[in-house]
Amino acid sequence: MKLVARPWFDASAVANDLAPIATEPSPMLPGDWRSLRPVVERGKCVKCAVCWLYCPVQCVVEKARWFDFDLATCKGCGICAQECPQRAIVMVEEAA
Amino acid sequence: MSALPQAKTLPGHVVCDGNEAAAWGVVLSRPDMVAVYPITPQTSLVEALAQFAADGTLDTEMVEAEGEHSVLSVLQGACLAGARTYTATSGPGLAFMFEPYLRAPGLRLPMVMSLVTRDTLSPQCVWGGHQDAMSVRDVGWIQVYCESVQEILDTVIMAFRIAEHRDVMLPINVCHDGNYLSFGVCRVDLPDAAGVDAFLGKADTNWHVALDPDRPMGVDPLTGGGGPGAALFARYRKGHCRGMQNALQVIVDTHRDFGDRFGRRHAPLLEEYRLDDAEYAIVTIGSMTGAAKDAVDEARCAGQRAGLIKVKTYRPFPLQAMVQALARVKAVGVVDRSVSFGWNAGPVFQDVLGTLAMLPQRIPAVSFIGGLAGADLTPGHFARALETTAQALAGAVPIAPVWLNENDR
Repeated sequence: MKLVARPWFDASAVANDLAPIATEPSPMLPGDWRSLRPVVERGKCVKCAVCWLYCPVQCVVEKARWFDFDLATCKGCGICAQECPQRAIVMVEEAA
Repeated sequence: MSALPQAKTLPGHVVCDGNEAAAWGVVLSRPDMVAVYPITPQTSLVEALAQFAADGTLDTEMVEAEGEHSVLSVLQGACLAGARTYTATSGPGLAFMFEPYLRAPGLRLPMVMSLVTRDTLSPQCVWGGHQDAMSVRDVGWIQVYCESVQEILDTVIMAFRIAEHRDVMLPINVCHDGNYLSFGVCRVDLPDAAGVDAFLGKADTNWHVALDPDRPMGVDPLTGGGGPGAALFARYRKGHCRGMQNALQVIVDTHRDFGDRFGRRHAPLLEEYRLDDAEYAIVTIGSMTGAAKDAVDEARCAGQRAGLIKVKTYRPFPLQAMVQALARVKAVGVVDRSVSFGWNAGPVFQDVLGTLAMLPQRIPAVSFIGGLAGADLTPGHFARALETTAQALAGAVPIAPVWLNENDR
């Protein structure tokens, strides 16, 4: 399937005091406010993809020998670490 | 509105109760989606809609939701996707609906909901009264109150046009009294289906906010807090108030056009009854008005210069029309079918007090409360209200509300 980019709704076409809508995505990503980050122990990862299935924001990315995370999108919820059957993921505090 | 013509030929008139009359109004308005959850005294309305959908009289998508909260949430999604929607509820059902009920007007969704009015719990009660509707009088929905079964049918149709008017874009409650209108049976005339199609036009619900892959947008993003968010929030609130004020003229125009096309005229904002040379008047709302008009007629026969002002549109409050009506009289009594606990008076009485501040001269005003929990308001009760108002004109103004049914047997 070919993805086609749709133009955003032209907000200037309607009164600006009508219904609350947004036509620009917020530039803030979860990575800007995450307090814990997942770290993969590469030797333990068997690529079972349980983390990929469970991740609520779908930030799991596949590497050649292990799964890793897109840290711009990851919000640090820790579900992957909780669910990983190999205990290959640990959550570490972000540096202040 | 479906592009196909009405599947069935509809009758020119029917004999039915107020709930079924509302359902006939829905049939003629041809909403794309209907979701309703039964609750007394609205239940026969749901039964009529379900029957109409089953036998092909009503071509719509009927959603059987598990409760009123889901009913309104489902319809909000449908409305955002461009559907004309309808629902109906009452008392506790309205209470269960409250969270999405608050969201609909702020999103400027032109939804139509019949509110079959019922007194609120407790005391445990399944009978009519305006307490449920009055409890939501200031959350941003338009509220109109019907006097007769025919007016219910006609107003449900008009409500779609009022709500979807581009200067308004607000949800509307068409209120009709539990028991007295919901179960009161009489003959009603149906406007012709093609005429209603032309009157309403195509559904026009999501040109300004939409769930539409072809027009991507964020619906209802976080708005407010500090900085520019506060100003943005204030702008939307102010716009909402503007839409409410615009509704007054749209309601007048819609009633006029309905009368021109179908030959039945209903007072759009307020009805003035025998007010021309009146010295004093009572204010009524809803189905009580018929008995009140009889009492005014009797007072007139007895030489009293009595009049009546009926409220049809309650929200937005028709301030200018009420100023003009009250400027004609020297005393006013207001009969409420509900209570403002905070004011020890009726809610409509509060609005009349606010209106009096706009008049050049202060006139005496009396609050009457009656018809709670299905109590009958008879011409006798209204005779007493008129007499008390006449005494207020002579200087004896009760400082507390008069409870009209407190000595009924």
